[in-house]
Amino acid sequence: MSEDSVYIARSSAIAARALAGEMMVMNSADSTFFTLNEVATAIFQAADGHTPLRQIVRERICEQFDVDPEQAQADAEQFVTELSSHGILLVSNQPLAQETR
Amino acid sequence: MTLEFRSVDSLMTGSPKVACVEIGGIPIALSTSDDGFLDLLRRRYDGFLSSSTPEFELAFDLAATGSDPDAEVRVRRDNNDGDWILERGDFQARWDPRTGRGRVRQNSNPYSLDSVLRIVHSLVLAERGGLLLHAASATCDGRAYLFSGVSGAGKTTMTRLAPAGITLLTDEISYLRPAAAGYAAFGTPFAGELARSGENCSAPVAALFFLEQGPENRIDELPEAEALRRLMRNILFFAQDKGLVEKLFATACDFVSRVPIRRLTFYPDARVWDLVRNFGRNFDRNSDRGFDSNVAPTIPEVPQHV
Repeated sequence: MSEDSVYIARSSAIAARALAGEMMVMNSADSTFFTLNEVATAIFQAADGHTPLRQIVRERICEQFDVDPEQAQADAEQFVTELSSHGILLVSNQPLAQETR
Repeated sequence: MTLEFRSVDSLMTGSPKVACVEIGGIPIALSTSDDGFLDLLRRRYDGFLSSSTPEFELAFDLAATGSDPDAEVRVRRDNNDGDWILERGDFQARWDPRTGRGRVRQNSNPYSLDSVLRIVHSLVLAERGGLLLHAASATCDGRAYLFSGVSGAGKTTMTRLAPAGITLLTDEISYLRPAAAGYAAFGTPFAGELARSGENCSAPVAALFFLEQGPENRIDELPEAEALRRLMRNILFFAQDKGLVEKLFATACDFVSRVPIRRLTFYPDARVWDLVRNFGRNFDRNSDRGFDSNVAPTIPEVPQHV
């Protein structure tokens, strides 16, 4: 995931609920359950399919949280890879439409 | 409660007999043409036999099947007709949720019977905003208390320590349905380590405690997100079905918002029940259903299966 233009979108196969600053996400296809911290939640919520991940990190993470940009980008890519492997996020080199149910 | 016999020609040929078993206010007719199996049903679900009109029907065909109750449970929908298909090493079942009728093929093992019933109830409950929880539960002073936690945390110990006046609902599987003021817990015949059926009664849920054994008795707040995490880990649900899983998740979120959920550290003697009872009384007086919002951030966690 080293490309400059990586786009992410939330899968339609999930149910999510924000509780006290954390995002609880369930993949309804296989019943796996995740808890996202504040930074991960910001990325998850910004995953609209047409905003590049690098832009999300720059505008949503680096500006809101006191983190090193390179480290934030690396962490974000790792996070996206993990959630996409569980079917929570969709990843593409081109803009994505949000999945519809 | 009386045992009702009647023919169900629509389900079976011959002269099947039916025991109507009502758990959680949901009567299910269990039919068999085998007198020995019927006797087993009657004994096993004594106290939960009902004369209510059944909402659902399960016809049992006794046959030589596998005998591995530890095999993986598979619950899926048939893509062709929408029936539920329930399979494990020791049973196969097909159940039509539209007609409410199903057929089960198993040997006469009562544990297989329990498992089929639990799965069917879990499907019905998920549709109706309820759930089965891996937790002991008991009623006291008209309120129900739930005790959950990892294996060995003390669920059975709590039920063993219960003083007179406490009514056991279950030492293993708590049966929860939405009620006017939150949720109600119902007794079940599904016994765990205690090997004792729960009482066939219900009460509004006053609290869910996640158990930890320690040197003293104390109750601590649980952040709402942590409460939901723990609740999800202990829900019994077997089906891989997107719609029902989403409903179950919504139910769990609603449960967390409406029922006090706390951590109960306890030293295993009967005094812990004084703490539990006082919590219920104080909670009623204060009507404080707020939650601590001080949540420690977490990474994306290792996924937990429902």
